[in-house]
Amino acid sequence: MGAGHAHRLYRHAHSPVHALPPHTKLAAAFAFVIVVVSTPREAVWAFAVYAVLLAAVARAAQVPAAFLLKRLLIEVPFVAFAVLMPFVAQGERVDVLGMSLSVNGLWGAWNVLAKGTLGVATSVLLASTTELRELLLGLQRLKLPPLLVQIASFMIRYGDVITDEMRRMRIARESRGFEARGVRHWGVLAKSAGALFIRAYERGERVHLAMISRGYAGSMPVIDEVTASRAQWSYAFALPAAALVVCLLGWSL
Amino acid sequence: MHVPDGFINAPVSVAAGVVAAGAVAVSLRGARRELDERIAPLAGLVAAFIFAVQMLNFPVAAGTSGHLLGGALAAILVGPYTGVLCVSVVLLMQGILFADGGLTALGVNITVMAVVTTVVSYAVFRGLVKVLPKKRRSVTVSAFVAAALSVPAAALAFTLVYAIGGTTDVPIGRVLTAMVGVHVLIGLGEAAITAFTVGAVIAVRPDLVYGARGLRQKLQLRVGGELVDAAPEPQLTPAPAGRTRTVWLSGLAASLVLAGVVSFYASASPDGLEKVAADKGIDAKAEPHAAADSPLADYGVEGITDGRLSGGLAGVIGVGATIVAGTGVFWAVRKRRTDEDSPAVTPRASV
Repeated sequence: MGAGHAHRLYRHAHSPVHALPPHTKLAAAFAFVIVVVSTPREAVWAFAVYAVLLAAVARAAQVPAAFLLKRLLIEVPFVAFAVLMPFVAQGERVDVLGMSLSVNGLWGAWNVLAKGTLGVATSVLLASTTELRELLLGLQRLKLPPLLVQIASFMIRYGDVITDEMRRMRIARESRGFEARGVRHWGVLAKSAGALFIRAYERGERVHLAMISRGYAGSMPVIDEVTASRAQWSYAFALPAAALVVCLLGWSL
Repeated sequence: MHVPDGFINAPVSVAAGVVAAGAVAVSLRGARRELDERIAPLAGLVAAFIFAVQMLNFPVAAGTSGHLLGGALAAILVGPYTGVLCVSVVLLMQGILFADGGLTALGVNITVMAVVTTVVSYAVFRGLVKVLPKKRRSVTVSAFVAAALSVPAAALAFTLVYAIGGTTDVPIGRVLTAMVGVHVLIGLGEAAITAFTVGAVIAVRPDLVYGARGLRQKLQLRVGGELVDAAPEPQLTPAPAGRTRTVWLSGLAASLVLAGVVSFYASASPDGLEKVAADKGIDAKAEPHAAADSPLADYGVEGITDGRLSGGLAGVIGVGATIVAGTGVFWAVRKRRTDEDSPAVTPRASV
């Protein structure tokens, strides 16, 4: 719990993107990704334009390129999958460097790579410019059921606590000379997982009692209502609107 | 495991989103029955547990290790509705915060990994527990089988989604064998860990395991060397759930129909299913039927000669329709909840 009050993915700065109300950012990110996914894969240039648009946003948000690129690594498993595609897909084939590859598979790999990367980059930008609490407020503002938002907020608040509890259990196991080396040791690990569940559940019961004693009656009090002016909405939607123009051009060209 | 953006085309992603939203709405109602008013902190903490336990590495052999997916475990430990909610919240947060799984693929991810795994595993689990003798051992055995089946079921569901809206034409048969083959193995690992974990919890706090509630034994007192039943505990009256449930079920049915109609446009673009159909020569017959059925099909195709543009237009219309429907569902959820909450809240405030 020594990590301060912001999540690890958040990057503090004072930029116009950070200052935007969270629900406008969430809506804009979703709209942008939907537009990207609807773009025909043959319009290669369109994806380049999207990347430039995202780079502009990253610049406005003062997110360094290295930070963004490092976060993109989460995508690596799918890159491996995409690389396989040209070999297994059917249809017309071409020879590249002596290998017979499927044209459709190549397009498919490009499609997944381009859209997946843009999607991950969008999520990373969103997470690095929006604080957790703000993000939850934004979700609530976007008419997500309040109960769901409450569950999500408890998950986020206690995620680190539970993960830390798990880490302490691992340290306790290791300090007693235990090292999980194979399937034979699953029983021990699963007992830890069971103990972790009981601790998490009992903590939930205690949290609930604490909440009731402080007057909880089924809904969380809204202390800071977030609102967005028309100017802020239009500023946030500059990105998906620009992307939509590119997408429509991509369909018609 | 998480599906990224661009893997499934836009209309099918949105349709899956509508299905996922419907399932989450139904689970929100059901979870109230499983956890009454303690739902927010308890489901939140269980979601945090699922999130943490996914990071617990189980070594398989030299160097490789696997981790738990958690759908079956959540369903058995806290019940199917709460299970769906917890895994969905974990997926939502992973998508938004950790960029793990695309934002547009959120619907697909929740449908496949939260809804299918939990529902399948809980159905199997319930059925087995009913059949097997009432012992703790049969709970762990059922947990094993349920978890082992849930993972290939999810792979099957993913293949189905891929067949409808996949963006590359990898033949479906090959996707199916690869997906299900790999996931049968993963399922065995998941099953072993789930069964061990459920067994560990049952040994310590059997009252916490939702799936083992039938095992609870009556309290008996020894009076003068004879066992006598103690006074029965006052039964909690379950929350009424008749009228609104039909509304929810019809809502879910409507969204499923919508999904079917929308996915229709998806398969009009050259995708895996159609490719297979073309290869096997079965699409010659299917094509005219496919275009004639729906009013929107004419709309999209007739006026515009450019195939791509008309397809895109139909896609955009589909996306628009599903977005409107999705927002409608969310609005309805909110309305209903606030209406219902106000009377139910007052007694709790006095606790």
